[in-house]
Amino acid sequence: MSILINKDTKLICQGFTGKQGTFHSEQTIAYGTKLVAGVTPERGGSIHLGLPVFNTVDEAVKTTGATASVIYVPPFYAADAILEAVNAGIKLIVCITEGIPVLQLLRVKAAMEGTGALLIGPNCPGVITPGECKIGIMPGKIHLPGSIGIVSRSGTLTYESVHQTTQQGLGQSTCVGIGGDPIHGMNFIDVLSRFQADDNTKGIVMVGEIGGVEEEDAADYIKAHVTKPVVSYIAGQTAPAGKRMGHAGAIVTGGKGTAKGKIAALKAAGIEVCSSPSDIGVAMKACF
Amino acid sequence: MNIHEFQAKQLFTDYKIAIPRGKLALTIKEVLEIAEELIGDGWVIKAQVHAGGRGKVGGVKVAKSLKEVAEISENLLGQRLVTNQTGHVGLPINSILIESLYPIKRELYLSILMDRSIERVIFIASVAGGMDIEAVAHKTPEQIISVSIHPAAGLQGYQCRIVAYNLGLKGPQIKALTQIMQGMYDLFIEKDATQIEINPLIETDTGELIALDAKINFDDNAVSLHPEILAMKDSSQEDDKENYAQKFGLNYITLEGNIGCMVNGAGLAMATMDLIKLKGGLPANFLDVGGGTNVEKVCEAFKLILSDKSVKAVLVNIFGGIVQCDVIAAGILAAIEQIHVNVPVVVRLEGTNVEEGRALLTNTGLNIYPADDLTHAAEQAVALAEAV
Repeated sequence: MSILINKDTKLICQGFTGKQGTFHSEQTIAYGTKLVAGVTPERGGSIHLGLPVFNTVDEAVKTTGATASVIYVPPFYAADAILEAVNAGIKLIVCITEGIPVLQLLRVKAAMEGTGALLIGPNCPGVITPGECKIGIMPGKIHLPGSIGIVSRSGTLTYESVHQTTQQGLGQSTCVGIGGDPIHGMNFIDVLSRFQADDNTKGIVMVGEIGGVEEEDAADYIKAHVTKPVVSYIAGQTAPAGKRMGHAGAIVTGGKGTAKGKIAALKAAGIEVCSSPSDIGVAMKACF
Repeated sequence: MNIHEFQAKQLFTDYKIAIPRGKLALTIKEVLEIAEELIGDGWVIKAQVHAGGRGKVGGVKVAKSLKEVAEISENLLGQRLVTNQTGHVGLPINSILIESLYPIKRELYLSILMDRSIERVIFIASVAGGMDIEAVAHKTPEQIISVSIHPAAGLQGYQCRIVAYNLGLKGPQIKALTQIMQGMYDLFIEKDATQIEINPLIETDTGELIALDAKINFDDNAVSLHPEILAMKDSSQEDDKENYAQKFGLNYITLEGNIGCMVNGAGLAMATMDLIKLKGGLPANFLDVGGGTNVEKVCEAFKLILSDKSVKAVLVNIFGGIVQCDVIAAGILAAIEQIHVNVPVVVRLEGTNVEEGRALLTNTGLNIYPADDLTHAAEQAVALAEAV
């Protein structure tokens, strides 16, 4: 068991024949993910990396029965790509692209309401169920099939958490990078609720950062609904206010979204907060 | 991206939002010419810098005579303005805006921004204009009016009426406010703004509504779609090092400590800064070299870090995922030799090919300290910076 994806998930890639799409699709295939086709307009009918290329997502879905899509198209084409996947009936859309204008994402999210499709990202590493299915740009090698669910707004801090839980012998059930943009698809609560319901997930690592109020909302949710042990870490305690710290969404504005506030909210909900990112694995191990 | 008040007011004019009579001056001669054109009850002299809090530090002043106009302007032009938002160096005042003084009956607040928690564009308004709106929201939340806009519907008339009546406006003012809000909404959507703020929006003694101040921020992810907005960028108002970093695809932010940081990934870069602080040091910068880094990027990153003379030690923290640690280690060695790095460099590598990477950095005869874990790396960097 795992959440969102497993060994049977059929995946297509939008932006398949581009540089990013090609490089990461090679890694994805090597990991054993069932990547079944790619989509690049005007390249339909050709073969790339040994897989069929289609002009539209609709055609790719009808031909292959894929239910998931990963998007590597440039930022100004990404909103179009996400909505094309939704239109074709894709259930899980993973958008890796960084740099999408926030107003475009706002419209995409509004258009997705009621469709039942799930969006992970954008500006994220993707989602992986170790040993079964890797969708995104994370290095497969550091993962170990296991029992810890990881959810994070940051790519490299996801890798840190993965590495440490692997070193501790715990392994991971599923890891979800929800992305660093202010408006994005699945949020902490969407992922936490699935980890809580998943029998194979025994503990949860949640990595947040400055900006927004999602960590605060997640703290309330965990207190009320999550019975599994949760270890958290919040990045950005030393970040100056009003400055965007790399991620479009990592910014403290008007005194809101500080690391201090988030840590206080998590602690008030009885959740363990690591003071150092190096302590995540050890703290998780101590819960068992 | 930020723009100046005078640029924001030009955009307001394009979108039919009333602004005070006024003009921009770059020299004292221009100041006086403009002031004579705008003869009336007085003038407002406004230093053009990319920061709020100008009024509290003399960056916005009222003059009652031409002599005062000249004196105030001379004290501003060519100087640097330090406000609570600029840091201690302040920002250069290269131009000033001269406006007519208006008789103010009431000061209101009106802004439009992205509310990320509800994923909607919202208007915020208040009768408590001219003040720090966050303080108003905190102390007297009942004085805050807010409406959210569905992207498919756009701004509706009723939403403007709710705001107008709550602000105590009436008669023709309702239509006037509706026009201002529609202008702000159109500007926000068409130019990919993230915030447009009018503080204060004044009601004059004759009941007119005028945007006395104007502040606009744009979405960095979208400015390349709007060359006319990009053309308004004023590099003199930004940190030189941050501008330089952008050219090389590096995310750099200057801080005030003495330990330079080079990290891949924004989250890990923040976490590294936090860890340095936790171990008793202070980071000199935020620097995310990005995912697919290479020797050139590592070199540029070192140059940036070392251009800050307060840096006494450098902490490199790379989690090699797709990028292999030995490639990174080779890049670090090349960079240190090429640009003669003369401060100690603590390197923590983790991930793919980590053993090969660490081996390359051991016994090099250079000032390199390989660290086997992040906590140890931070402790070492703090100790080395203190020892200098």
